[in-house]
Amino acid sequence: MLDSTRQFDRLPNTPGVGYKPQHFKQLCDDPDPVEWIEVHAENYMGDGGRPRAQLAALSERFALSIHGVGLSIGGEMPLDVDHLKRLKALCDWAKPASFSEHLAWSTHGSEFLNDLLPLPYTPATLARVADHINQVQDTLSRKMLLENPSSYLVFAASTLSETDFIAEVVHKTSCGLLLDVNNVFISSVNLGISASHYIDAYPINHVHEIHVGGHDTQTDDSGAPLLIDTHGQPVDEPVWELLKYTLGKTGPKPVLVEWDNDVPDWPALQAETKRIAEVLAA
Amino acid sequence: MTSLDTFRMGLLDPGYPVPKGLENGTRQAAGNRYDVYRNNVTHSLIAALRTAFPLVYKILGGKSFDTLAPAFVRAHPPRSPLMMHYGAEFPQFLADMPELSKFGYLADCAKLDLAFRASYHAADTVPIDPTVLQSLPLDVLMQERMLLAASTRILRSNWPIFDIWRFNNVADAPKPTPQAQDVLITRPEFDPQPYLLPMGAAFWLNRLGMGDTFEQAYDAALAATPEFDLSKSLIVAFQSAAFCKVQGF
Repeated sequence: MLDSTRQFDRLPNTPGVGYKPQHFKQLCDDPDPVEWIEVHAENYMGDGGRPRAQLAALSERFALSIHGVGLSIGGEMPLDVDHLKRLKALCDWAKPASFSEHLAWSTHGSEFLNDLLPLPYTPATLARVADHINQVQDTLSRKMLLENPSSYLVFAASTLSETDFIAEVVHKTSCGLLLDVNNVFISSVNLGISASHYIDAYPINHVHEIHVGGHDTQTDDSGAPLLIDTHGQPVDEPVWELLKYTLGKTGPKPVLVEWDNDVPDWPALQAETKRIAEVLAA
Repeated sequence: MTSLDTFRMGLLDPGYPVPKGLENGTRQAAGNRYDVYRNNVTHSLIAALRTAFPLVYKILGGKSFDTLAPAFVRAHPPRSPLMMHYGAEFPQFLADMPELSKFGYLADCAKLDLAFRASYHAADTVPIDPTVLQSLPLDVLMQERMLLAASTRILRSNWPIFDIWRFNNVADAPKPTPQAQDVLITRPEFDPQPYLLPMGAAFWLNRLGMGDTFEQAYDAALAATPEFDLSKSLIVAFQSAAFCKVQGF
């Protein structure tokens, strides 16, 4: 059972971790634990069992961020109302300090494609994304944070820059932002743009949370470097530098390390949180 | 056709050309950059399938599983963002593969994996204390109705499905021999457990699950299976915490 007296109204401006069930005991036993964790919403939409029991226990101890990966905010179809109801039920139950989703699509027709797919940045997309975010915020009765994507390509049809697109979404919906600086770095390398210029153009005053994570390096057809957003290794040095640059503009924020594939033992993840703490303290 | 329709076309079809209108950062055609999304979609679904069907994966081996999995994920992409439910069509897919015809038990192994996963995520229930039932006079007990715990799953098989599971999960378990077996899966706490059901017990439990009284379910089970043994079946049901409530208690 959740303790209804417990309240974490906001994420603290400290390091957080993307929670993995294999770290449950170490996380709870850590004498110097993180103050907040993030979970993927869809993993906790079962009816019961271990996932819900662990989340109930963790919710009483850590501030919680619920991070959706299945709403398909950018999809061309209406939002899945059943899924939105599940999300509301989860948020009403777990009472997270924050809810976030992605600037992406994942549902097409009756299919769920289990990936965060890219969007053309056009006025039509903007109107659709804004409508969907308004629907989410109205349903959940809370502000949601929108996360910027990692990009491997662009649509020729795009008429807006990503930063202008996101700024317009904020203007139309009053949503908050989850700024993933690893995604910014990946996109900057893959698309040949300046990461610091991206941060400079980003609506930085609306950032409520920051993500860092690891990426892999491959090459495209022309031999140019192509960074892949794997969340499967330590955070790369240039991403730490970009985090410093970003925090210099935002001031202290909740900063989360994501490590979703080839998940390491707890000490490796803990080491990343210590590094975040160092950057926050600098 | 919209930009996203076009983008979707090649995601699960490796032979489909890279959609037009996609570029790198210097306005050149996107080329293999599109393959990142193709790979992400296909590999994430295959990874989900591996996690969802551990018994099938173990029996087939990683190489064989990964050879057949792409055909499944392309033919049956998920219909819900709840990946915990992905793969309901996998047993039939395995049954329909001509190259797997000599592994006739695989489809039931996939059903067993599905049952374990459904049990894992099922609602929490409090098992009934067996002494509550033992304290009842027999004629009273036989008029009671039981509720099965939400985590209870019953799988009837023409194959030695329980022994196949044990052989692949328990050290030194004997090699399965040809026979039909019925399995009960329950989740005493968080980890689903399989129990071999005596003859007729699956039918009996299903009847109880449909709302029969003990007497009705017993009579029906005995009619269907003359060898049905109520006391053996009750022992398994209580050991496994399959009953969560007696109506009126």
